[in-house]
Amino acid sequence: MLELKSYRTQVHNDWCPGCGDFGIVNAIQMTLLEMQLEPHRVAIFSGIGCSAKTPHYINAYGFHTLHGRVLPIATGGKLANPSLTVIAVGGDGDGLGIGAGHFVNTGRRNLDFTYVLYNNGVYGLTKGQASPTLPKGLKTKSMPAPSIQEGVNPVAMAVASGYTFVARSYALDVRHLKTTLRAAIEHRGSAFVDVLQTCPTYNDINTKEWYAGEDLPSKAPRLYKLEETGYDGRVADPTVREQVNSKKGNALLKSFEWGDKIPIGIFFKMEVATFEDQLANRMPALGEKPFVEQDIYNRDVTPLLNELT
Amino acid sequence: MSVANSLTWMIGGPQGSGINSVAENFAKACIRGGLHIFANIEYHSNIKGEHSYYRLRVDSRELHSHVDWVDLLVALDKETLFGDLNKAHPTHKGHRHEVSPGGGIIYDAAFKLAPESFGRDDISLFPVPYMDLLIDSLKAFGKDRELSKYQVMVNTIALGASLGLVGYDFGLASEAIKEGFTGRKASLGDLNVSAAQHGYDYAQKMFGHNPFSIRLQRQTLGAKRMMVRGVQAVAIGKVKAGCGFQTYYPITPATDESEFLESHQEEYNMIVVQAEDEISAINMATGAAHAGLRSSTSTSGPGFSLMAEGLGWSGITEAPGPVIVLWQRAGPATGMPTRTEQADLRFALHAAHGEFPRLIIAPGDVVESFYDTFDAFNYAERYQVPVILLVDKFLASTYRDVPPFDTDGMKVDRGDILQESDLGKNPDYKRYQFTDLGISPRSRPGQKGGIFWTTGDEHDEYGHITEAADIRIRMMNKRMRKVELASQVIPDSKKATLHGPRSAPTTIVGWGSTKGAILDGMEELRASGIETNFLQIRYVNPFPTELVTRILSGSGRKIAIEGNYTAQMAGLIRETTGIAVDSKVLKFDGRPFSQNEIYEGVKDVVKDGMREVSLSHA
Repeated sequence: MLELKSYRTQVHNDWCPGCGDFGIVNAIQMTLLEMQLEPHRVAIFSGIGCSAKTPHYINAYGFHTLHGRVLPIATGGKLANPSLTVIAVGGDGDGLGIGAGHFVNTGRRNLDFTYVLYNNGVYGLTKGQASPTLPKGLKTKSMPAPSIQEGVNPVAMAVASGYTFVARSYALDVRHLKTTLRAAIEHRGSAFVDVLQTCPTYNDINTKEWYAGEDLPSKAPRLYKLEETGYDGRVADPTVREQVNSKKGNALLKSFEWGDKIPIGIFFKMEVATFEDQLANRMPALGEKPFVEQDIYNRDVTPLLNELT
Repeated sequence: MSVANSLTWMIGGPQGSGINSVAENFAKACIRGGLHIFANIEYHSNIKGEHSYYRLRVDSRELHSHVDWVDLLVALDKETLFGDLNKAHPTHKGHRHEVSPGGGIIYDAAFKLAPESFGRDDISLFPVPYMDLLIDSLKAFGKDRELSKYQVMVNTIALGASLGLVGYDFGLASEAIKEGFTGRKASLGDLNVSAAQHGYDYAQKMFGHNPFSIRLQRQTLGAKRMMVRGVQAVAIGKVKAGCGFQTYYPITPATDESEFLESHQEEYNMIVVQAEDEISAINMATGAAHAGLRSSTSTSGPGFSLMAEGLGWSGITEAPGPVIVLWQRAGPATGMPTRTEQADLRFALHAAHGEFPRLIIAPGDVVESFYDTFDAFNYAERYQVPVILLVDKFLASTYRDVPPFDTDGMKVDRGDILQESDLGKNPDYKRYQFTDLGISPRSRPGQKGGIFWTTGDEHDEYGHITEAADIRIRMMNKRMRKVELASQVIPDSKKATLHGPRSAPTTIVGWGSTKGAILDGMEELRASGIETNFLQIRYVNPFPTELVTRILSGSGRKIAIEGNYTAQMAGLIRETTGIAVDSKVLKFDGRPFSQNEIYEGVKDVVKDGMREVSLSHA
């Protein structure tokens, strides 16, 4: 019988007390349990940084890769064995700074996997420099001066890059995060989840209290749920170009809403052929079984040699 | 007096003028007539317009190299003859001076060149009216009104004229030409054969009274032979090895290998992914290797530079691969993208920070490329290391004729892999378990009982991060021991070969694609009384230290021949064996060594006692 502890390891966790990462790892474990996914059928890939220690804390096949390279390595793992549930995780610097090229190009492929971005606006492990998502003009605790570079918008980038499921959630709202992660994993195609997260040590601007709106005159939480406003990001018929474009346009507009009101939930969703589907069209054997489960080691190359005579 | 079956032919023209197809058709026709060939191309990094040329050497005996003289030169443009001296920044003087005394030049009669303009009175000139002949051949098909569409076919007119001059079997050539056009394009095949026929008949009719001195004749055909170049040999080696995953980012001269694989992926079930860059390419391949699929990537120096980081991750995580094919070209940075060099030996050995095991094999020709590629996958899985195949542009694009590769007895060795039944017996599976040999049996994701973690951080036996000094030491020892193991297990006969007599006054040391030119150059040297043997080093790592020490400590004059500036292999030999070579024959102009350059370089050393010779015939 699967239980929560089936997904836990005994590895000592060295994140700072109050780190948003805890909420994300808990939500991933709860989602896996809820979906009754056996640990050995799951592979978690991570980049480098605090978030990248995630695989060590989850009982599943775990790949702690290189700074910014989580998506290529996860891509290789998934294509070798498409029967695995693949979840890639990484920080905002990892995915949108050093790994930005991979972020864009992975979106173009629409592999059936999930990418979870731990987005806290700072490089934590190197002691609090501005990450690519930190808005221009802000200065967090350890920065010598305010940032003079614009922050990127992960949701907009994901929509523009071709991810077919794009959502945002919040690390401290584990219930919402769990629901969002489940929808992402169940989505057939590349799912991207931007998880807003606090860094209690270095980000003294986007704190738990800030997200709760305690500084606002209304004292109302900044985060609100898209689905509660009647917003629907789902493309009903992906063959209708206008529909796809208008849903993408809506998602982009929504994604730039920031400040006193910040939307979370599913911005965009569309089901189209995955990368694996397209490969299986060329190679029907791939549709039957992953290549790692097939005997491809007794090949006869005589036809190739004959072609050269 | 005519000479039979020994010809060097060259066709030159602007990029895009179709010199490849006619040279390759000529070569194919020769092989099918029982002759042997060696065919290599030189071209600019440009799509259309810049000067390129293709050399075809034909002989009745097996060939391993090209030579720098031309018996019959075919010019599709004036630049092929006279170079680009009229340009603001001239780059070459043309090829007319390379024509051997008694040789000939085929060129367009429409150039209206005065014989004196060639500045040679020792060669024959064969002006052929390319366009008139093309119009005639198009007329028969009612296509002469579409001349501009078929203009490129003057290349085939020139091929026909060449065949006519040397009197070769036209049927073999027409068969080769037709094969190039299949399906919807089949009618173009007939059109091209007709063009070749017009060129052939013209040459026989106009120049038959004073026949060209070299004749090509069919020989009795033995067993079938392939016409194969390096990229094909490596690609077929990968197919044979059971490679299931290939990644690449477009780069000269490596891309042809990946395209070959992609064009055959449906027959053999191989995933081929064009990645966004080489960083992604190597990491995808490593991810697939960890997931249990034999994987590889292919690149050239600039791409390999980007791969350095991923190589280190593959090393420390003990991934069973990937196999990385490094098609060297002239560097650094963009260097000369379409030209050859052997300057990445040290880089392949040391790429990426830190110390980790890697295997490096440098095959010397197409046959070795096939078998070494196959072995590379076995090693990657057996030793759980990245394996680098060190090849180059010259090997990539040069055709030779060889018997079809013998695949009997080739066995896939997947190393220590675990099945779920094995894993079930061990509730405490450790992916990085310390073992006597340094190799830990591996599971693959998806297997029950095989869960592991892997990280580019130093790690414990489970694959979890550690910074403990004692575990660090044991893990370093475990990983590095694998190269020692490979060194003991892989027989010396694969790592290095002594060609020629067991002892000789002069020993040539070389590696990689210079093998062919050295072998043919040695024959020429012997004929002029210079006896040599040749130590070909094929394994850069594990390096055959004892074998090389044994051979070189007993040898006389030692000459390193390398396609680089710093004699990198000579340096490695000195580092591993303490033995210094006496002289170096080097070439770093981006062009491959020819047979005659080997002859001249070694002769300069032996006769004149030169310590260092730098060659360039380009």
